[in-house]
Amino acid sequence: MDEKKETYTKLPWFGLGKVGPYLAPYRRKMISMVVLGLLGTVLDVGNPMFFSYALTHFVERGTLVGLGPFVAVYLGAIVLVVLANCISAYRTCEVELYVGRDMRQAGFDHLQTLSFSYYNQNSVGYIHARVMSDTDRIGGWIAWGIMECVWNFSYLFGIIGVMLFLNWRMAALILTLVPVTVVLAAYFQTKMIVLGRKVREINSRITGHYNEGITGAKTIKTLVIEDKMQRTFEEETELMRSTSVHMAHFRSLFLSAISFSASCALALVLWRGGVITARGAMEIGTLSVFMSYALGMMEPIQWIIRALSELVNVQVNIERFTRLMETASEVADTPEVVEKYGDSFCPKKENWEPLYGDVEFQDVSFRYPDGEEMIFEHFSLKVPQGTNVAIVGETGAGKSTLVNLLCRFFEPTGGRILVDGKDVRDRSQLWLHSHIGYVIQTPHLFSGSIAENLRYAKPDATLEEMKAAMQAVAADSIPKRMGNGYDSQVGEGGDLLSTGEKQLISFARAVLSDPRIFVLDEATSSIDTVTEKKIQDATEMMLKGRTSFVIAHRLSTIRRADVILMVDNGKIIERGTHTELMNRKGAYYRLYMRQCSLEAVKTAEA
Amino acid sequence: MEMKSEKPMSKMAMLNLFLKGSKVLFVIAILSSALVSALEAVTPQIIRVVVDYCLDGHPESVPGFVQRWLNSLGGRDFVLRHLYLAGAAVLVIAAGQAVFRYLNQYMNTRATEKMVKTARDLLYAHIERLPFSWHMKNQTGDIIQRCTSDMNTVRMFVSEQLVQVIRIVITMAFSLVMMLLMSPRLTLVVLFSVPFLCVFSFVFYQKVGHYFLECEENEGVLSAMAQENLTGVRVVRAFGRENFERERFGKQNRKYTDVWMKLCRILALYWASGDFLTEVQILTIVVVGSILCVNGQMSAGELIAFVSYNRQLIWPVRRLGRMLSDMSKAGVSMDRLLYILNSPAEEWPGSEEPSMEGDICFDHVTFGYEGEEVLSDVSLTIPGGSTLGILGSTGSGKTTLMHLLNGLYNPDKGEISISGVPIRNISLPWLRRHVGIVLQEPFLFSRTLLENITIAAETDRRKVDEAVRIAALDESVERFAKGYDTVVGERGVTLSGGQKQRTAIARMLVQDSPVMIFDDSLSAVDAETDEKIRHALRKVMGEKTVILISHRVATLMEADQIIVLENHRIAQQGTHRELLNQPGLYRRIYEIQNPEGGDV
Repeated sequence: MDEKKETYTKLPWFGLGKVGPYLAPYRRKMISMVVLGLLGTVLDVGNPMFFSYALTHFVERGTLVGLGPFVAVYLGAIVLVVLANCISAYRTCEVELYVGRDMRQAGFDHLQTLSFSYYNQNSVGYIHARVMSDTDRIGGWIAWGIMECVWNFSYLFGIIGVMLFLNWRMAALILTLVPVTVVLAAYFQTKMIVLGRKVREINSRITGHYNEGITGAKTIKTLVIEDKMQRTFEEETELMRSTSVHMAHFRSLFLSAISFSASCALALVLWRGGVITARGAMEIGTLSVFMSYALGMMEPIQWIIRALSELVNVQVNIERFTRLMETASEVADTPEVVEKYGDSFCPKKENWEPLYGDVEFQDVSFRYPDGEEMIFEHFSLKVPQGTNVAIVGETGAGKSTLVNLLCRFFEPTGGRILVDGKDVRDRSQLWLHSHIGYVIQTPHLFSGSIAENLRYAKPDATLEEMKAAMQAVAADSIPKRMGNGYDSQVGEGGDLLSTGEKQLISFARAVLSDPRIFVLDEATSSIDTVTEKKIQDATEMMLKGRTSFVIAHRLSTIRRADVILMVDNGKIIERGTHTELMNRKGAYYRLYMRQCSLEAVKTAEA
Repeated sequence: MEMKSEKPMSKMAMLNLFLKGSKVLFVIAILSSALVSALEAVTPQIIRVVVDYCLDGHPESVPGFVQRWLNSLGGRDFVLRHLYLAGAAVLVIAAGQAVFRYLNQYMNTRATEKMVKTARDLLYAHIERLPFSWHMKNQTGDIIQRCTSDMNTVRMFVSEQLVQVIRIVITMAFSLVMMLLMSPRLTLVVLFSVPFLCVFSFVFYQKVGHYFLECEENEGVLSAMAQENLTGVRVVRAFGRENFERERFGKQNRKYTDVWMKLCRILALYWASGDFLTEVQILTIVVVGSILCVNGQMSAGELIAFVSYNRQLIWPVRRLGRMLSDMSKAGVSMDRLLYILNSPAEEWPGSEEPSMEGDICFDHVTFGYEGEEVLSDVSLTIPGGSTLGILGSTGSGKTTLMHLLNGLYNPDKGEISISGVPIRNISLPWLRRHVGIVLQEPFLFSRTLLENITIAAETDRRKVDEAVRIAALDESVERFAKGYDTVVGERGVTLSGGQKQRTAIARMLVQDSPVMIFDDSLSAVDAETDEKIRHALRKVMGEKTVILISHRVATLMEADQIIVLENHRIAQQGTHRELLNQPGLYRRIYEIQNPEGGDV
């Protein structure tokens, strides 16, 4: 699902323009990072001069006069260089982290406003990577990649300048090596980029194999295909090995080439420089400067090429992140609505009307944004306040569509939905959501305490209110069992609780928000009979007197409903009361009978 | 399950195992790097000779044999006239260095990748052969974590740390020897500073370890927060808590950034002080060297060479401290891998290969899992070629009974035999190959449909077509654009529950095993297709021993014998007719499923 959507829209300038706004607040930090970095390089370039000075003035002349001031200046330069580099590095860190932080926050905030179709089209893992790792990599390159270029370019140009100044003929001779090195290094690096991608791809496949080998262990054993699986795995690891070795070939060539070209430069200096020095046209000290530069000039080329090739990789991250930020919500409040009721982050609650609970679907047509088929065509349904609507059908039949429309997680393609006689689009999404209690099939709890989870529904809930809500759904024993009362941690995703307990807490959470409309997606997972009974009672309690829409699996819930909608293939094929539908002996009848026998088996031992 | 009590493997033994077939490569890599270092030590000597012999006019400071050789060639004038020879010498050495540097890098990767492959294969093979109970106990994510990130730590330990440390030590040795030969006094300065720099970085990385951990932990919290927000997006929207989420994430985002900033500050200071110490050390050498030169105890050429050696030495030394510190962390990862490798593999004594067409006997079989009783005292005979139906509630032990039959579990008490041979005496592959089972929630591999169906038995296309037809999968196959070549599973098309079940049925059918088990394997297909499949199956069942587990009486009623499992025991046993005539679960369910009271 994720890969096929990767249609790259190549952004100009590696997409760096899109990052610009995130850099703006740190302009000063970036300037000081670059300026101090440049200062550091100037001093780095000057460094060999000290040794040269020592050679020329002390060693050659055989005197130690001026050693004291020399040491003082040398030491001073060292302190300056170290300080400049230290502060520059610290600034670079700041830029990396702050830019990453801001982008992460912007991405996260934007996600809070995106409609559900985005979440349906992209897996959680994919979205997560956009917010977490893309932003990290972009921040990393913006700071360190840029500094890498600044340091190495300035160092390279610095030493070239000094060499030209000291002896332009020799400098020119050495410089001939630079283009050759650049071309070679760039060639090897390109090869490595391609192979590097392949290696990462195989690597994720290997992880996939482990995953398959572990989750499919039972099947592998029953089919006795351990050896076959092993062979497939070994083929993959062999491919990984050979690709990595292939890549190592280019990396090794790359490194060898860089250091060989540095040695070539040294050989040239020794030969031509030696001749010039022997003629007395150059000091030995100057010769030593040339030798250090010759040895040090190729490495910056290596780093610059690496930083630039990193940029090619980061471009992908920038493009993905930009695509997330440029995805507009398909469900958006109109400016007038925002004006009156506020947006999701800053609601204007003083203008909110209370909600009574009449719901009406008026001539609603709907098609999922990524689907081709019309799900609803001219569907109308009146649900007066207090009505219980049960939606039934096979797993995967598309029972949640109606609920998604009601909650305005999607907009109908035609017609309208009225709440208390007013189009839901005339009110803000937050207003609607604040009045609908929504309990999903797989209860989602957040890591934190029980109280924190309950307060999710009502931030200012008192302990008494929470207790009352928990009692109402017969869940008050859970905090006691957990040992730490309402402050007991529930673990990541509520892992420290059983499925039934999670369900009860999510019920209590919904009760606490005291909504006028209830939406309940009943769980299908099997739980023990005692909890099952509790959940049934809790359901009944919650729905009483409220308008409710239940995606129902339990017979008791279904039978009690005022209206039953039977869904198949995403479409509503039958509607009516339980008795009406039973008499019709259609799809609902068949479903009901099967459900009956399943429940009979389940409760046989109760 | 009985386990052979083997002595657990040690870390050394494990590394040794991983390094099988790559040791020679590592040795070549290390030898090449030694040669690189050796050659690296030569170049400064050439420079020294050129400077001292030709340029600075101190030929006496050049070693005797070199002096004599150069004198014999024609002395200073000759060398000056042919100075390109010095350049050529540097080039020749550089060429040698380039070759060995390439060899070192290349061989090191070759060795590392070979080792990683060996280790990965070993881990995978072992995981496949661990008993089913082990798989039930351990979480997939955790095991994958061990196989990937811990594996990577071990790889870094060997290829980066172990090999590099050896390399650095060799380089140091060469440089130090050359330095000593030229000026023992100046070498003292180096000898004094080297351990200091090394210890400095070692201690630093030991000390900041917990800062790195703190950063990682905070990153984990932040990442989990984003994950929770995304998976719980419905809850967030339903309660209108976008603003709360934003602030919560913002708070942790800032905290995470601040923790990193703290670490950055420390790191920046560390780099700065490291740089400072290095530069001061170089300054000391330049100053002391100059004094020695002025006093005539050293020549300019020697000082230039000495400074080069010092530069060659100083960076590796600074890295050495960090590496030694990182190496101390590899032990934890090795232990995590050993946890997998030291878990005893599935052990099965049997080697007999009897006919599998005879009676299957459960003789007073009792089995519990983690202290909880799952089956107690089950006795049952399934005559060869007959069909057994099993009805029972969730958790009554139906599936476990089947897992006992194909050796995924071992009974705590009692014995299971096929054709009179206790299954513990039968070879395990033989047993499993002849007992085909379709699991309730079948697992498909991310391969093509055809590969999935023929994964356990290579067979011709005609048989596949036949199996697919019986499993009523033919229409689905036709509907896929790529037909049999459609990739399914994690990386391919997502099949519906019913399609998965039908694929699994086809997969078992091509195996053509004499015992076939259907563990509620039609639960996700509609009643009509269920009927169609059963009808088609009836023809191939023929001689085979079949076990059907289902909630649908219609599925079970034609079985030769039906058992009802309740409370971990066989509560009822008999034919459809017999069970209908007695009160109990079977009749109750029959009545619910057939409200008119007529035959199905």
